[in-house]
Amino acid sequence: MGLKEKLHNIKEKGKDKKWLSAFSAFHTFLYTPNETTHSGGHIKGADDLKRTMTAVIIPLIPILIFAMFNVGYQQHIAIHGYQANMGFFSGEFWNLDNFLLGATKLIPLLLVSYVVGLGIEVFFATINNHEVEEGYFVTGMLIPLIVPVDTPLWMLTVAIVFGVVIGKEVFGGTGMNILNPALTIRAFLFFAYPTWMSGDKVWIAGAVERSKEILAGAHLDAFSGETILGGLAGGKHLAYSVTDMFYGFIPGSVGETSTLLILLGGIYLIYTKIGSWRIMLSAVIGALTMGLIFNSVVNEGWIVEGSKFYTLMNTPFWEHLIIGGFAFGVVFMATDPVTASQTNRGKWIYGFLIGFISIMIRVFNPAYPEGVMLAILLMNVFSPTIDHYVIASNIKKRLKRLKPKTVYNVKEYRK
Amino acid sequence: MSKDIRIKKGLDIKLIGVAEKVTEKAKSSNVYTLIPENFHTIIPKLTVKVGAKLKAGETVFYSKANETVKFPSPVSGELVDIIRGDKRKILAIKIQADNQQEFIDFGSKDPKAMKADEVKNYLSNAGCWPFIMQRPYDVIANPDNEPKAIFISAYASAPLAADYDYVLAGKEKELQAAVTALSKLTPGEVHVSVGKNGNSPFLGLDNITLHKVTGPHPIGNISTQIAKIDPINKGEVIWTVKPQDLVIIGELLLTGKFNAERIIALVGSSVNKPKYYITKIGADISSLVEEKLNEVESRLISGNVLTGSNESKKGVLRYYDNLITVIPEGNDYEFFGWSKPVFNKLSITRAATFSWLFPNKKYNLNTNTNGEHRAFVLTGEYEEVFPLDIYPMQILKSCMYKDLEEMENLGMYEVAPEDFALTEFICVSKQPHQEIIRKGLDLMLKEIG
Repeated sequence: MGLKEKLHNIKEKGKDKKWLSAFSAFHTFLYTPNETTHSGGHIKGADDLKRTMTAVIIPLIPILIFAMFNVGYQQHIAIHGYQANMGFFSGEFWNLDNFLLGATKLIPLLLVSYVVGLGIEVFFATINNHEVEEGYFVTGMLIPLIVPVDTPLWMLTVAIVFGVVIGKEVFGGTGMNILNPALTIRAFLFFAYPTWMSGDKVWIAGAVERSKEILAGAHLDAFSGETILGGLAGGKHLAYSVTDMFYGFIPGSVGETSTLLILLGGIYLIYTKIGSWRIMLSAVIGALTMGLIFNSVVNEGWIVEGSKFYTLMNTPFWEHLIIGGFAFGVVFMATDPVTASQTNRGKWIYGFLIGFISIMIRVFNPAYPEGVMLAILLMNVFSPTIDHYVIASNIKKRLKRLKPKTVYNVKEYRK
Repeated sequence: MSKDIRIKKGLDIKLIGVAEKVTEKAKSSNVYTLIPENFHTIIPKLTVKVGAKLKAGETVFYSKANETVKFPSPVSGELVDIIRGDKRKILAIKIQADNQQEFIDFGSKDPKAMKADEVKNYLSNAGCWPFIMQRPYDVIANPDNEPKAIFISAYASAPLAADYDYVLAGKEKELQAAVTALSKLTPGEVHVSVGKNGNSPFLGLDNITLHKVTGPHPIGNISTQIAKIDPINKGEVIWTVKPQDLVIIGELLLTGKFNAERIIALVGSSVNKPKYYITKIGADISSLVEEKLNEVESRLISGNVLTGSNESKKGVLRYYDNLITVIPEGNDYEFFGWSKPVFNKLSITRAATFSWLFPNKKYNLNTNTNGEHRAFVLTGEYEEVFPLDIYPMQILKSCMYKDLEEMENLGMYEVAPEDFALTEFICVSKQPHQEIIRKGLDLMLKEIG
C-alpha cells in the first residue's frame, strides 16, 4: 500500500473527528485532494489558494537569503567601518561568515514565526471545524522580513499571538480580516516595545547585547547602526551611496533593504497576475507626488535648513523609493488582496494614498520615520469606504439608465 | 437597429472532443422521461394518471402557479410510471413510446395573421410555452407579462457547444415562422445574435433585428448580449428562446404537430467519435452514449461542462439541452499538485501555470476541483472573465448575506447563474458561484417577484 492510499484511509477514518483539520492541512500539503465537482461548473481552473500563496512566497526567498548576508555584513561594517560603493557581487558582502551569522539570527525568527502562527491557525481551525487556511503561509514568511534583526524571540511570539488572534482569527480567518496580519504584528511590536524597536541598536545583530555587556562592565567596543530614515530624521546626511541603497547594503528591517530584489519580486508578482500592478504603480506615483511637494516646499524657501523637517523634506523625491520599507511595503503588503481595495478603480485610489501618506508620515513623524506601515494600516481601514464609493457610482449608473425612460414616459403620457 | 457586438473580457475554454459535423440517428429510447426539476420553480400538477395513453403534444402536467403553462408529452405512448420522492414530490414521469407515433393536431397557422393573444393561446395549448424563458430570474416566462424585447442567441460560445449554424441548417422556414409569431408578443424587437463569420440560417430572416457577435465566451450568453443591446432595468421583462426550441415552435406553426425531435451533440474527451445525433426531448442518456465512450471512468453531463447537470447512465437529456458532454472523473489525489508547474490544465494566472504560453492548446480537463473550498481571498481576477458592468464578487457576497436591496442595486435583474460559470471556473477559493446566484435569484423571486 502506497503513501497515497495510507493517507486516504486515515482521512476516511477521521471524518467527524476533531483532529481532521490538522491532518488535512498536512494531507493537502502532500496531495491535492480527490474532491470532484458536483453541479454547476464541472471543470475548475488549475489554481487554488495554496498555489496562489506559493507565488507570493517565491519572490520572498531571494530576499530572505540576501538578508542573511546583509545581517552579517551590517555587523561587520558596524564593527570594522564602512566601505563605499561595492558592486552587487562584491566579495565583502557575499561571504560565508556573513551568511552564517545572518542564518543563525534569521532562522530562529522564521521558525518562531511559523511555529507560533501556524499553531494558532491549527488551533482555531480545530475548534471551528474548518480547514487550515493558507493565508499564514505568506504572513509567516513576511514577519521575519519586516522586523529588526535583534527582535527578541519572546517579543515576536507575543506580537504574533496578538496579530493572528486579534488581527485575523476574531474576524473569521483568512479572507475576513480588516488589517494586514503581518503589519498588525509589526505595529504591535512597535507600539508595545517602542524603546526597543527604535533607536540605533536593534538594526544590527548583537548590538543590544553588546551594549548590555558594556554596562555590566565588560571591556568591549560598542557598535551600532542607524537606519537611513532614522539618520535623516535626526538631521544627519546620508552616508550611503545610491547604489548601496538600491542594492540593499544598508541597515534596516531584515528584508526591506534591497530595492533591487523587491523590484524583481514586484515584477514577478505582476507577471503571475497575483499582485495588483494597479496598487504598486499608484503607490509609487503617490509617493513621488508627495516627495515632489516636499521638495518644492524646500525650494520655495518655506522650510529652511535647521528646521527639524528639513533633511527629510530635502531628500530628492525619488530617493524615498529606495530607502526605508517603502518598496517592500508597497510590493508585498499593500497588495494583500484581502485588506486592499477590492475594486479595480478603488485600487488606484488606495495605492495612491498609501504612497502619499507614507512619505508624509516619514517627514512629519521624526520619532518613528517609517511611514509605510502606518500608511498601509490606515488605508486598510479605509479600503471598504473607497470600495463603497466606487460601487455607489456603478449603482448610480444603473439608476440613471432607469431615469430617462421614466421621464420619457411622462412626456408620452402628457401628449 | 442592428449592432455589432464585440467583447474582450471572457475566456474560451478549449477542450478535446469537439463534435465532427456528421449527424446520425440515435438509437431510439424505449422510455421518455419528463423531469419537473428541469423547470426551475415550477410545481407540477398532473393531468393524467399512470396507464394513460398519450399522443405527442398532449399535456402531462401544468404549472400550479399558472395553468396556461402546460408541459407536453414528447412522444405518443403509455404513461408507465410516476416516480415520487419525499412528500410525494414528483421526480420523474416515464412514458413508454409507441412504435407508431401519433401527434395531436393543433392546426397549422399563418403567424403573420396572428394576434398576440392568439399566439399565446396557441403556444400554451400545444405545450410550447415552457420554451420561453424570462429575465430577470431566468425562469419560464409568465404569459401575463409583455416583454420589452425578445432575445435569441444563435451563437454558442460555451466549451464544446453544438454549432448552431450546423444544427439549424435547412430550418429557415421553421425559424421564420417562429420568430414572426414571437414578434407579435412584444412591442419591442426580436433580437437575434449570430456569429460574425458564421453562416447562420437566421441571416436574411424577416421580423428580427440581427446582431453579429465576436469575442470569447460568454459572448453567446443572453445576458452579455442584453447588456450590450438593451439592458434590463428594474421592472422590465425580457424573454428569451433557444434556437433549437424555435425549430419546434416553427414546426408546430407550419404543421400543427408538436415534434420533440432535436439534433444534439455528443462531445468530450471520453467520447470515442464525437458527433451529432438526432434524438427527442426526454430521451435516456444511455440511448445516446451506449458503446460510444472509452474505458475511462467518466462524468456524464447533460449540457456543457460549465453549466450542465451531473447525470448517471440512467439519466435523461435535460429539457433545454442540445448537448451531452462526457469527460473523465478526477477523483484522484495529485502529489504536490499545488506546487508543481502545470502544463495540462487551464489557468488565467501564471503562478507556475503555463497555459498562457499555448493559447490554442486543447485540454483534457477532468472533474477534479484542483483545490479546496476557501473564503474569498483574491480580488480583481473575476473581472478579467466577466464582461458585464457588474461587480461580480460584491454581488455574490450580497447574495450570500441575502441583502435584497444591495442585490437589486448591484444588478441582479441582469444576471443568470450561467453568467457566473467562468468566474466559478477560475475561482481560486473554489466557491460555488452559480449556486449562490441561483439561490439569490430564487430569494428575490420569492420576496420581490
